[in-house]
Amino acid sequence: MTDIATASPTRSAWLTLDLWRGLFRDRPIIPLSGLLVLLIIVFAIVSPRSMGPSFVGIISRAAIPLALLAGCQTLAMLTGGIDLSVGAIASMAGFVTAALEPNIGLPAALTVALVAAAVAGLVSGVGVGVFRVHPLIMTLGMSLVVLGLANAFQLVIVKTSSGVPDEVRSIGSDTIGNVLPYSLVVFLPVAALIIVGLRRSGYGRMLFAIGDNPIAARLSGARAWQVLIVLYIVSAVLAAIAGVLISGFTNVAAVTLADVYVLPSVAAAVIGGTSILGGRGGYGGTIVGALILTVVSSLLGNLGFPEAVRQILFGAIIVVVAAAYTRVTGET
Amino acid sequence: MTAATTTIAVGRRMSVQDALRDNAWTVGLITFLVFLFAFTRFIQPSYGVAGIQGLAISVLPVALAAVAQAIVVISGGIDLSIASMMALTSVVAATQMRGQSPEFGVAVAIGVLVLGLIIGAINGGLIVITRVPDIVVTLAMSFVWAGCALLVLRVPGGAAAGWLRDLAKGYVGIEWVPKPAVVLIVIVAIIWIPLRRSRLGLSIYAVGSNQLAAFRSGVSVGRTKVAAYMLTGLFSAFAGLALTASTGVGTPLPGGATLASVAATVLGGVSLAGGRGGVLGPIVAVMIIALMQTDMTFLGINPNLATVMQGAILIGVVMLGSLTQLRQNRR
Repeated sequence: MTDIATASPTRSAWLTLDLWRGLFRDRPIIPLSGLLVLLIIVFAIVSPRSMGPSFVGIISRAAIPLALLAGCQTLAMLTGGIDLSVGAIASMAGFVTAALEPNIGLPAALTVALVAAAVAGLVSGVGVGVFRVHPLIMTLGMSLVVLGLANAFQLVIVKTSSGVPDEVRSIGSDTIGNVLPYSLVVFLPVAALIIVGLRRSGYGRMLFAIGDNPIAARLSGARAWQVLIVLYIVSAVLAAIAGVLISGFTNVAAVTLADVYVLPSVAAAVIGGTSILGGRGGYGGTIVGALILTVVSSLLGNLGFPEAVRQILFGAIIVVVAAAYTRVTGET
Repeated sequence: MTAATTTIAVGRRMSVQDALRDNAWTVGLITFLVFLFAFTRFIQPSYGVAGIQGLAISVLPVALAAVAQAIVVISGGIDLSIASMMALTSVVAATQMRGQSPEFGVAVAIGVLVLGLIIGAINGGLIVITRVPDIVVTLAMSFVWAGCALLVLRVPGGAAAGWLRDLAKGYVGIEWVPKPAVVLIVIVAIIWIPLRRSRLGLSIYAVGSNQLAAFRSGVSVGRTKVAAYMLTGLFSAFAGLALTASTGVGTPLPGGATLASVAATVLGGVSLAGGRGGVLGPIVAVMIIALMQTDMTFLGINPNLATVMQGAILIGVVMLGSLTQLRQNRR
């Protein structure tokens, strides 16, 4: 490389620029992982004491629910949509599980929560797929419906115990030797399923096709409405799983618990290289995006920045990363 | 510009029937609102002056936020940072007005409106320069403006100038005309009506309905977008001032105004695809939602079901709209 660089510096600069462009466009996970490592190094320099095996546990435990919710956004964004109902559905699932567990047991309570979420997803999917309602509006309306019903349910149900079931708390917040969180047991299969499903299955290719060019996808025989209905059901169930983990992580069951995760979940997917316009992205990048957001947030907290500065930097990072993507991929 | 002037000339010759047909949705909304008032009187005969005044005060900030959202949606964009901009302008107004003379308060209010224009320009500028989708940019900027609001004021506090609080209560002339409603009408009439008839207003509609066509007809797309976001910032600042006026303090935490404004914009007949609709529809939609919630309280219905209803109406109306659209396409 050095020989070429000395021979024709301008040409080499272009070559490397093209290389970077290609890297960002096709394998965004590589530069993103570099950014993540850089952030962790900064973290280690700033506060060496918080480094160590337990650091992995703390970061991954906090990042897993965010990564799951960002998975909902990734899938929806691949088709050119967005799912703003993940917050309401996640909170609802966590609350329903905690509220029903004393009466009907944990497996039944979890089933009720997941089925309720799937129904909400089905309605969203029908709205977006069949009635062609803009996903933003559809999921926004659905989040109002779910929040209201959860609130009404809260008044009806007589909650016998406070807090969340022990098993849920354990899976959401306990770790093996302070390193591996129990929630990995849930997260790893789900993540593997999404990554492999997007890359290898026909359904995954259909999601990309619909987002990339809906007309071409229709003309090639893809039934967009079926794909979209399944998509929003999957998204709602993922959100419900994340909601149960969040309520276990925070040891709180409340109907607005997961609302604060909605905007960061979109941010994680965007940072991870998934285009909100559809057709480009993947779940691997999203997971790294969720880790980056968690590390940044933890780093800023460690540096003693007030919440305000954290939010400002958070927003600035999203704009800068998204702008970098737009620049290198040449999309408008 | 010749094409534009002919459109305006044709527009002036429109008959009442044409005007009614073009604004059928808004007319329908207003009819529904009147019916809803009658219904409210019927189920709660004591609902009168006090009720209407309470309604006017409570809807003023959201109505202004809906106008802000409507303008940017007409231009083909969307702004998810409206609630954060309201929080920022609200705390700036409340902290600067505290313990100052009324004259200084007026200066602060003007300054806050300029601040709204500036932060709107930053939103729009970032969208135009970076070419990142507007949802992503305004989502990110919602963090930034909310963070700035927290920097100005950590907990709700400060104070509103006396004249500002007076604007949000009482009545003008007869007591059936609440002052907040007059304030809303005056703000919209002074800014939006002349604007809509201006070259900029025409450009906003043109860019929203077909960006490429607008560009080829000589409209500066970037500048128009920035202007639309500046107007959204301006109306968000008005909404922030209204928030401070009605509560008497500045609140650094953004509430649900962003999502409420999107819902009202869509219910008000503004197409999310851009280029269609006005600001009257969204304002009426905000009032309808608020009045329906009041009615549900009167009827003794669980207030939480009001949220469900709001979501269901939003979904239902939009589904109905796209269903008719689909049918037209099929024909």
